[in-house]
Amino acid sequence: MADTEETVLEVKDLKAYYRVMKGDVKAVDGLNFTVRRGEILGVVGESGCGKSTLAYSLISLNKPLQHISGEANLLGQDLMKLSREEKRKLKMKNISIIPQYALDAFSPTKKIKTFIKDMVKQHGRRADKEFMDKVKTRFEIVNLSHSVLDRYSMELSGGMKQRVVMLISSLLDPDLIIADEITSALDVTSQRYVTTLLADLRDEGIIGSAIFITHDLATLYQIADRIMVMYAGRLAELGNADEIVHNPRHPYTRALINSLPRIGIQHKDERLTGIKGTPPDLTDIEEGCRFRFRCQYRTEECDKSPKMEKTHQRHYIRCWNYESVGSDKNE
Amino acid sequence: MSEENKAILKAEGLTKIFSSGIINKEYTVAVNNASFELYPGKVTSLVGESGSGKTTVGRLILKLIEPTAGKIFFKGQDITDIEDRDTKKEYYRQIQGVFQDPFSSFNPLFKINRIFDILFREFEPETKNREELISQSLEEVNLNPDRILDKYPHQLSGGQLQRLLIARALLLDVDILVADEIISMLDASTKMGVLNLLVDICRDKGMAVLFITHDLNLGYYLSDDTLILHEGNLVERGATTKVYENPYHPYTQMLFDSVPDIEEKWDRSKEFIPEQIIEAVEEFYQNNDEEGYKEVEENHFVLMSILETENYK
Repeated sequence: MADTEETVLEVKDLKAYYRVMKGDVKAVDGLNFTVRRGEILGVVGESGCGKSTLAYSLISLNKPLQHISGEANLLGQDLMKLSREEKRKLKMKNISIIPQYALDAFSPTKKIKTFIKDMVKQHGRRADKEFMDKVKTRFEIVNLSHSVLDRYSMELSGGMKQRVVMLISSLLDPDLIIADEITSALDVTSQRYVTTLLADLRDEGIIGSAIFITHDLATLYQIADRIMVMYAGRLAELGNADEIVHNPRHPYTRALINSLPRIGIQHKDERLTGIKGTPPDLTDIEEGCRFRFRCQYRTEECDKSPKMEKTHQRHYIRCWNYESVGSDKNE
Repeated sequence: MSEENKAILKAEGLTKIFSSGIINKEYTVAVNNASFELYPGKVTSLVGESGSGKTTVGRLILKLIEPTAGKIFFKGQDITDIEDRDTKKEYYRQIQGVFQDPFSSFNPLFKINRIFDILFREFEPETKNREELISQSLEEVNLNPDRILDKYPHQLSGGQLQRLLIARALLLDVDILVADEIISMLDASTKMGVLNLLVDICRDKGMAVLFITHDLNLGYYLSDDTLILHEGNLVERGATTKVYENPYHPYTQMLFDSVPDIEEKWDRSKEFIPEQIIEAVEEFYQNNDEEGYKEVEENHFVLMSILETENYK
């Protein structure tokens, strides 16, 4: 892919904090990245690293979450400067979200059909026959029968509900869709289906690009073109999916991959250790690399915040010692 | 001695049918004819999706619910129908459950030290050096006794409570530990620590562990034997490496196909629809005329046709 490729979203030094009694929780603290047209950008990190906050800061800034500084340009418009009303116009059509707990969001007393109609009316579309026909074709794409339209949410399984949610979120063919932990509540077989479906929707041109947020790197790797690893509100590493998974440079990414249980490794032969220690408290964070307390490659330099480095493979790393870390790959 | 004699626990045709309604009774077969064994010093993982009946199997083993049919043998003794309070208590002394939701395992009105007091009073009233033993077991599960003992259960996190349950198992030196989806409450950084600990304890103390999970990668990492449960039927069982390397039942195959792997991406050109599995399984049962389980290789069994449930109506 060439550098001249079209950018859908450009995030520049974005900071979004939770303003709470005990101070600011710096959940998104100076993020820089772009989403290209047609790509699936994966975002991965431990719980509490700010990946969901990133999604909400792009979609709807609600108190106590506040925008502090930085830009997020969606097709040339800075999302951070738009009013609530202006933002509402972009939703579903330009930017859309598949939220984390969407499965519980259906009203138990409404049929799926009624839910869809209410939803599109809110976004200024008429739910006429033509529109409902489009809805029906979409049901075929996600492999659900039309009869689901006349059912109540409690009659559907978790995997089916997740497909309905994905279908609704992508109904107005958004340029960018944010998928926040869409597989975490599902069974393994449904996880594969739903993950693949996201890529299929992109391939069919129904959604332009996607940001796929999850804590599960192995699932992410299946469909992501590029992967962004987040740690404590900041970017640790960003690059092509294969590069991140098979040639990780940041100590955190390496630790994350080494702690993954996978078929072929048994407890009696090899010990997976996980990552020692816990992520830092985001309210009270000092200067310096945020991973340094858990990092085995820590040096004196790490007490200063590392800059974002770009290697020649368009691979971004925020680590002082990534070059020496990368060289002992075959340990 | 043969393998069979060494089993600490043996389930034979274990069946649980739940009924609901008064006049028009509806029956749900949660577990159908499950037979398996647990061995000292071995981890057996029970893998299944939601609604497969895996938690019910765990509860049956713990004797929290009574089976509709089938038998459970503990150290060779049939304990299925024991009613006698003392015998029951003797069994509860030997087995420990660690659950998905550990909050319901503790009395919310008691501080942790009182919970341990009751434990000793009930099971080991003769013990002298209680405090020492408690501290020792807490430290083994990476909990700081000074910070834990004076707290109420609601002041602790889910992961801490789960580790407390493991500490309880250590204190009583139980024979069997049933761990039901315990990773859900543990965050990424502590998860592997607790799981490694669990297996180490199992090996060192010769404890049998039934590890109930939906995570296949984790099942492979931890367990010696694997049981695959699909809609209440134990469709495949055997040595973990054999079941994983050579899955035979269509359900097991589909399950393994869905596991995300960082070495290899899914084949997206192949159609993959979860609903189709039901048809595929039915077809499999129809197209072979073998009955019950077939030993496809040594210590690897596959269900070839659904075992008849006893008449329960």
